[in-house]
Amino acid sequence: MSEEYVLEMHDIVKEFPGVKALKGVKLQVRPGTVHTLMGENGAGKSTLMKCLIGIQPVTSGKVIFKGQEVNFKSTREALDAGISMIFQELSPVLERTVSDNVWLGREPKKGIFTDHKKMREDCLELFQRMGLELDPDEKMKNLTVAKMQMVEIIKAVSYNASIVIMDEPTSALTESEVEDLFKIIGDLKAKGVAIIYISHKMDEIFRISDDISIYRDGEYITTERAENLTQDEVIKLMVGREITNMFPKVECPIGDVVFKVEDLCAGRMVRHVSFDLRKGEILGFAGLVGAGRTEIMETIFGMRHKESGRIIKDGKELNIKSPKQAIENHIGLLTEDRRGNGIVGLLSIRENMCIAKLNLGQYGMPLNQKQMVKDTQQYIDSIRVKTPTQETPIMNLSGGNQQKVLVGRWLLTEPDILIVDEPTRGIDVGAKAEIHSLLSELAGQGKSIIVVSSELPEVMGVADRIVIMHEGYVSGVLDRSEFSQEIIMKYATSHKEEAAG
Amino acid sequence: MSANTKKMISDNMIWGVLVLLIIIMSIGNKNFLSLANFKTLLTGEAIKGVMAFGVAFAILTKGIDLSIGASAALIACVTGALVQSADYSSKILPGVGQFPAVAAILVGLLMGAAIGLIQGSIIAYTMMPAFIATLGGQLVCRAAAKIFTARPVSNLSDGFRFLGSAQIGPLPVIVLVFVVIFALAAFILGQTRFGKSLYAIGGNDQAARVAGINVQRNLVLTYVWCGTLAALAGIMLAGRAGSADPASSGLNYELDAIAAATVGGTSHTGGVCRVSGVLCGVLIMGVINNGLVLLGVDDNFTNIIKGVIIVVTVAFDMKKNTKKA
Repeated sequence: MSEEYVLEMHDIVKEFPGVKALKGVKLQVRPGTVHTLMGENGAGKSTLMKCLIGIQPVTSGKVIFKGQEVNFKSTREALDAGISMIFQELSPVLERTVSDNVWLGREPKKGIFTDHKKMREDCLELFQRMGLELDPDEKMKNLTVAKMQMVEIIKAVSYNASIVIMDEPTSALTESEVEDLFKIIGDLKAKGVAIIYISHKMDEIFRISDDISIYRDGEYITTERAENLTQDEVIKLMVGREITNMFPKVECPIGDVVFKVEDLCAGRMVRHVSFDLRKGEILGFAGLVGAGRTEIMETIFGMRHKESGRIIKDGKELNIKSPKQAIENHIGLLTEDRRGNGIVGLLSIRENMCIAKLNLGQYGMPLNQKQMVKDTQQYIDSIRVKTPTQETPIMNLSGGNQQKVLVGRWLLTEPDILIVDEPTRGIDVGAKAEIHSLLSELAGQGKSIIVVSSELPEVMGVADRIVIMHEGYVSGVLDRSEFSQEIIMKYATSHKEEAAG
Repeated sequence: MSANTKKMISDNMIWGVLVLLIIIMSIGNKNFLSLANFKTLLTGEAIKGVMAFGVAFAILTKGIDLSIGASAALIACVTGALVQSADYSSKILPGVGQFPAVAAILVGLLMGAAIGLIQGSIIAYTMMPAFIATLGGQLVCRAAAKIFTARPVSNLSDGFRFLGSAQIGPLPVIVLVFVVIFALAAFILGQTRFGKSLYAIGGNDQAARVAGINVQRNLVLTYVWCGTLAALAGIMLAGRAGSADPASSGLNYELDAIAAATVGGTSHTGGVCRVSGVLCGVLIMGVINNGLVLLGVDDNFTNIIKGVIIVVTVAFDMKKNTKKA
């Protein structure tokens, strides 16, 4: 039995102060397979992996790797044994070269000196083996995220890893880069390496998985061969209920134009952009990564310098120079980088939720703590934030719940216009559907919403109209009746004139 | 044990250290645990304590202020010169009459605020590391004090010395000032927009900006607060000693203040500061300073012990914080 698996984890329990993150979880991985872990955020997948590679000690349980019971105390021990993890957030040494990064911490020596020649040559050999074209002397900071990831994988291979763990590896990749990654995964499989794969993207999971294990709320649900499962079944097992509609859009009356952007220019990424937004409307923004969608929103919100153009709200031209002024004009922006410029991790849910309203001076001085508690509780209840207390640091919450806190933050400022940029990135399906229905509900209350998203089904599911961007220009605007993936992609990949012609 | 109790214990562990130190010191010397000595201890620490409540704000925003000792000296000399009696023969500013104490103190506080304003603006608008900006400030302030007067400034008016050396009943005014500043700092951090903004800026300045906080203005205000408290400390210093010396007044005080704030749990990675913790840090430094003198420990050894205590408490703190992340 144990010969069949390269890795077995049994009855893994992990307790944090006040939370039982893993409640006796199981995982059995066959060599030379892609084994996908699925579950909503907070289900315990990442924690399980962190326990495996020694970032966090397990409370109890048994780990058998290659037939031997192991208990890694650090990632280094795990690496030396042959288990390597590629994290969602890569942390390369940007100022050093590719080969420096590959051999970081175990540089080959010649006497007391580092043997740079050998590092370089070994690097080239590894690249060849994996069919990669990379310069070992290139500085890491000049690589794309995809290439950095490849370097991480090369690093894993150089340790002769028999298990490579990948946490959401495609979240920052373009489609062709994803293909390259899958090719490498295929190569690794052929060499007998097992891949433990964590992702929320259903289509790719079913493309590459051999086995799928499903977890929910820190509990092990089941492991099945991928071919024996369907997408709907996986979702149902993950959330423990059936999600009947990912995009529960409520039809609601759309009013007059309340917000207009005219001929907006800001740098290379925002070129002569014009659009309007109606009361109660959800306006989608589609386009490829780098089309300038985020940059438009940041310009509107006063985070970027506006070169020219007009922003008009309720018939009045606005001159917004800072986020504070935008908020005072009842505009809210849920940024795409939740950890980078969304949450303040150390602070509590209450502090994170109330911070924007606080800065409008609406809690007085001394601060009306009672009102803050009340406001926070109102949104914890109404948008169902799962948390033990209001005082819990926000970094202890799952991504979906963090996002809900941030939505609450903006709702407390009573925005007329709420801009949400990639609102469901890195969020599990259950929370996704909830955020979609929340947006629809808010539009129903007469708020106007702009949704920027790279997931076409998402924009098409929630929006009333879609603005499509290409290299800083608006290349097309579609009404709901005209929505189709093909047409959107056509506009997203071509200039206005070409697409029109 | 519930998570809340655990958190409460770990947040307040520093008070346990204080109690432990007090027990050790009082076993070593019977006189330690007397009201008179307690008064001596507080009087001795009040000045650095006031500075600590200032610099803690800077540390909270991932900054630091190294200039406070030197700016305290500069302001002690200048305000001191303003309140020398008119008939004093070796007056520093012979042409200038004797300022009323309140006016001199106001001038001093404004000077401190201005020094903070300049340093804060440099830090906020050039994004220069606070360490560098305030290191420069330290050199400038100390040199300015020495240029202003080569000799100590003495013969100060009683009114001016009120903050540093007067007593109200059994209570030294200097300790009262310390307590008032403690309460003010606690109020600002806990009950005002400014305070809450500092936590957000220290925790994640990008997120703070998106949430509508004017990060730059708040940073400038932080250093204004810090500079004003340094000025107050300088005035207390001159008042307590009855004189101010451009070369030695406030020398290395910034380090003791930073140490107290740090031992009190203010995190140099930003976003974490409890005013009660800083108070505890000040008291811990005081117990060490005062207790080791009573035990007859050599000054150098005192510094070794202080150094070890600072490093050990911060090591514990880092461990606690990394575990959370």
